[in-house]
Parts: sequence; C-alpha cells; structure tokens
Amino acid sequence: MEQLTLFQSPQIPLTVSDLTRHLRSLLESDELLQDVWVQGEVSNLSRPKSGHMYFTLKDSTASLRCVMWRNAVSRQMYQPSDGDALEVHGNVSVYEASGQYQLYADLLRPAGEGALYQEFLRLKDKLEAEGLFDPERKRPIPAWPQTIGLITSPTGAALRDMLNTLRRRYPIVDVVLAPVTVQGEKAPQEIVSALERLNRIVRLDVILLSRGGGSIEDLWAFNAESVARAIAASAAPVISGVGHETDFTIADFTADLRAPTPTAAAELATPDQLELRAGLIESKDYLERQALTFLENLRWAFNSLYNRLNLSSPLSQVRRDRQRLDELLRRADLVVAHKTELRRTHLQGLEQHLIALSPQGVLERGYAALSHVDGALVRSTKDIKPGDALEAQVSDGSFGVEVKE
Amino acid sequence: MVKETPVEKLDYEKALEELDAIVSALEGDEQTLEAALALFERGQELAKLCAKLLDEAELKVQQLTAEDTLTEME
Repeated sequence: MEQLTLFQSPQIPLTVSDLTRHLRSLLESDELLQDVWVQGEVSNLSRPKSGHMYFTLKDSTASLRCVMWRNAVSRQMYQPSDGDALEVHGNVSVYEASGQYQLYADLLRPAGEGALYQEFLRLKDKLEAEGLFDPERKRPIPAWPQTIGLITSPTGAALRDMLNTLRRRYPIVDVVLAPVTVQGEKAPQEIVSALERLNRIVRLDVILLSRGGGSIEDLWAFNAESVARAIAASAAPVISGVGHETDFTIADFTADLRAPTPTAAAELATPDQLELRAGLIESKDYLERQALTFLENLRWAFNSLYNRLNLSSPLSQVRRDRQRLDELLRRADLVVAHKTELRRTHLQGLEQHLIALSPQGVLERGYAALSHVDGALVRSTKDIKPGDALEAQVSDGSFGVEVKE
Repeated sequence: MVKETPVEKLDYEKALEELDAIVSALEGDEQTLEAALALFERGQELAKLCAKLLDEAELKVQQLTAEDTLTEME
C-alpha cells in the first residue's frame, strides 16, 4: 500500500497567486492570443458609470468573458447591444482576482463586416498602388463656383441639407442635380453614369457626390471600383460627403476633396456670403479711408501753398509804400505850414503899418476931423465961414462945433 | 505768365503747379506793384479753383460711400 503522498511530494506548493500569474504569463506569451479576432453573440452587456464595457461573447457551445476599457469604448464607431453578432478584436489574459481568463477587447464590428472590410482594403491598396489617391492628382476646388453639380438621392436628407447650406452660404450659385439611387445593387452604375452625364451636359465648377449616414452596407456603393474610376475621370473636381465624420469610403479617397458630411461638402464647395459681405464692407471702408486720406494730403499741400500766396500778397508792398507816401505827405505839410506862418507874420506887420496910416490912427494921435453937416470934409479955411455948424470927429466920437470968425 | 490758360480750363494738378510757380515768383524777386497784383489775382483764381475741385472730390467720395448697397440681405 502506498503511503499518502502528502508529505512525500518533492514540490513546494504554489500559492494561488503564483499559479494565476503563471497562467497569465503563459497566455500573454502566446502570439495568437495577443492579437485575435473572435466572433460571437453579445450577451450580459453592461456599461457601468466607469465608462468601461463588459459583455460575454457566446456561441452554441461556449462563452467568453470580454471587457473593453473606457478609452477603447469611446473610439468605437459601432455601439453593440445584447444579441448582436459581433467580431471582436483584442488580447486574451487572466483577471487574477477572479481567476477568469477574458478577452481585453479594443475593436469591435458587426459580424460579416470582416469580409467586406477585407474587400475594401484590397481595393484600396490596388487603387492606391495605381496612384488614384495621389495628392498630386487632387484638383483645386474653385473658390467662386458658378455651377455646382449634385449627385445624391432626390429624396434624401443629404440633398435637403446641401441645398439649405448652398442657399445660406452662396445663393447665387447654380445647382444641377443628378438624382441617383445611393444604395443597393444599381447604385454604383447610376452614380457612374451620373458623373459622366453631368460632365457632358454642363460645364461644372465642382461636383458634390454625397449620401447621408448609414451602415457600412448602406454606404457600400461608394466603395465600388467603378465609382472610384468615374470620380478620377471626372472633368470637374469632385467633393465627396458620404455618411458621417467617421465613415471613410473609396470614393472619399479618390475624390479631390473629402468632406465628412453632405453639409460639410456644400460648405467646402462655396464661400460664405456673410464672410464675403464682411470682407466687402471692410474693403469699402478701406477704400473710403484711402480716398479721404488722399484728398486730405492734397488739401494739406494746397493749404500750405495758399497760405504762402496770402503771405506774399502785394498788400504788404502796398502797406510799405503807403507808409512812405504818408511820410512824404507829412513832410510836404510841414513845409507848407512853415511858409504860411512866415507869410502870416509879414501880413501882420503890414496890417500894423496900415492901421497906423488909417484916419482913426490920426484921430488917436489927437487930431480931429471937421465936416459939414452934409458930410463934406473941411480941408481949408476956404471951406468955412463964420457961423457954420460943423461936426468934429475925434478918436472916440464926435461933437458939434461953430465957426466964430 | 505768358501762357494764360483760362483758369476754369485747368485741371487740379495744372492749377496747383501754376499756383506753386506764382507763389515762388511772389516770394522771390521784387516785382513791380502792377506785376505783383496781376500774379496775386491769378493766384487767387487758381486757389479758388483748387479749393473748389477738392471740395467736389471730397463730396463725391462721401456720396459714393454713403450709397450703402452692401447691407441689404436677401
């Protein structure tokens, strides 16, 4: 009978932690397990507040615990729910606390997309190798389009969005619509012939090829090789606006400009009238300022010349000459006044002389003049006879006298 | 001034140029009173024309920029 091996074991027992760590390193050193796609159905999906996502992938016979950390969750274009068939990418490791192995997911997509995606990559590589996506092939988008071609569904929200955007930003642009089916089997051929037709019928400045958001299958027409080649052959540059910000299609790579959405395509194709008007007003103001400044300078130059003209007016010469004239006049006056004074003195002398010789002067010296009553002067004794009444005039009056003998 | 174009036939630059010459002449050598008066009278006429042309130009600029067609929106 064998002894109990309990104490005979040559091995020292591992702790649970040691064992778990060992298992973990085994899993983590396996290349397949570190970069693996797993397909299954989602169940027990849980999204706690932490932002991480926990779910179980299962098929008919097995199940796999999965976790996706918050950062990876936020990067996913596709948000799963219970029951979805998924393809999940990640690495397998052990959650030591519960001793469970699980898939640490970093990428997930609906099942079946894998094959489409492979096809997408194959075509993308092929066209890229041909140079269809080369940056030097991209044509510039005219800044001032006159006519814009639209290739989209006549009934879709994309058309409405684009028309609204074009009307709001640049209402003077002409729009030519080539209605097409944007999903389904016929879609690629319709898009191709729309591109050919538009280029043939009118001279377009730019073509907007667009479709609203949808699943990857919905957008598949925009991954068709024929569509890519028609875009490359288009005479007018093409702006693609397919799906949402996160959707990239072959059409996007081939187009001359890729817009994230139909609305963005319309924005990229047109200038904004608000900006144009603001720019125009600014230019107009600048023009006005320049014109007024120009005139201001002219006026300044003119004013300084005008001031000089007035300062050099003959008025100063006239004033100077007038002063000289006044001086001459004053001197002339002086001479005249002097001469007048001399004459006046002389005249006064004569006057004195005259006064001295006057009858009055004689009377004042004490003589008297005798006259008859008829006024005849008595000049001689012959003029009188005794008894005559005469009048004697002296210096201050007269009186009667009688001749005696 | 031998070539006396009628003032109203001159454009601004010609008028200003002649005004400049007149001012220089008046500021320079002594003129006879008669010559100085003739120069000054011509200068005043030229200055009047220049001022008028400047006023008209400024008014024109203001009128042109006042026509604000840019603010109307559809």
